[in-house]
Amino acid sequence: MGDGKGKYIIIAGAGKVGWNLARELLEKGNEVTVIEDNRNRYTTVEQELEHNIQYGDASELWVLERAGISRADMVIAVTGDDEDNMLICQVAKEKYLVDRIIARVNNPRNRPHFELLGIKPYVSATDLILRLLEHEVPEYGLVHLLDLPEERLEIIEMLLADDSRVAGERVGDLNMPEGSLLISILREGQGGFVPTPDTVLEAGDEVLAVLDPGLEEELKVFFGSDGDGAG
Amino acid sequence: MLREGHEVSCLDEDPEAHARLEVNLDRSWEDAGGQFTVGTGLEEEALTSAGIERADAFIASTDGDNTNIVIAQIAKRKFNVPTVIARILDPLRAEWYEKQGVNTICPTRVAIEMLEKEVLEAAAGSG
Repeated sequence: MGDGKGKYIIIAGAGKVGWNLARELLEKGNEVTVIEDNRNRYTTVEQELEHNIQYGDASELWVLERAGISRADMVIAVTGDDEDNMLICQVAKEKYLVDRIIARVNNPRNRPHFELLGIKPYVSATDLILRLLEHEVPEYGLVHLLDLPEERLEIIEMLLADDSRVAGERVGDLNMPEGSLLISILREGQGGFVPTPDTVLEAGDEVLAVLDPGLEEELKVFFGSDGDGAG
Repeated sequence: MLREGHEVSCLDEDPEAHARLEVNLDRSWEDAGGQFTVGTGLEEEALTSAGIERADAFIASTDGDNTNIVIAQIAKRKFNVPTVIARILDPLRAEWYEKQGVNTICPTRVAIEMLEKEVLEAAAGSG
């Protein structure tokens, strides 16, 4: 603990996510305890993880204490139950003062509850797949590359369509929406570069912009095509 | 509580649970002034349609401790219900959340105290 050596990490839930995570973290030289409350699953995983897994309900405080939560550097709750994940992280953070927590969101509709209880960061497989879809399916137009809700900052990427209203404009002449800034252009054959005021935008460019959250729609319109064909 | 003239709204994910409300009731639950909504306490729309926004008190008593702890906090922090109570079976969790300002009822604790009292009284009587 501490001096750059491995961390002590408690993982609640030995499902596919928990088990594989434990394996990876152990390989990287961390100390790991997985907690699993299904006896059959525990027995299966115990054959490989041996003393690195304990049987019990990780939302019971004595089980967490038996696993040594007071000296844990990180608690990761990846059970299949969102309430359990929320509770485990809440007590880890507020009762046992664990520095870092990570929670898994099974049902994306529960995301507001994680936020309400201050459980972050959280990971939702559904959201991750949606993000990938956004990236792979161009019709989505605007791709979130980075979201920092705390810092109120986002970085997005947009493809300029053939009839984009800003194609042919000098960057210096762009009247970007307030709270947004063009930071980079990815152009076929040229790779990515930081534009100067004299750079002229071309259809097919992928533009990267940093913006305040909530400006996505405005930027979509700004970089997009004129609906009425006037552009 | 209905009999005492309060307005009571129940939320349950099982539509069949409605029948249980009418046991020992001479009319339907609705005719008696009750409200019943199908849904779970984690769905905000369900809570809203059950009338949480105008509730004076909210009781989280599903069969899951963690569910109750989470929805009690939603009721309190999100909907600002003045009185919120969570039923928590596990005494350790109940004790800690009570300290965090969540009103809790721990049936396990209550049962232990009652049993203890009975046992001690019986022992005193026979001794």
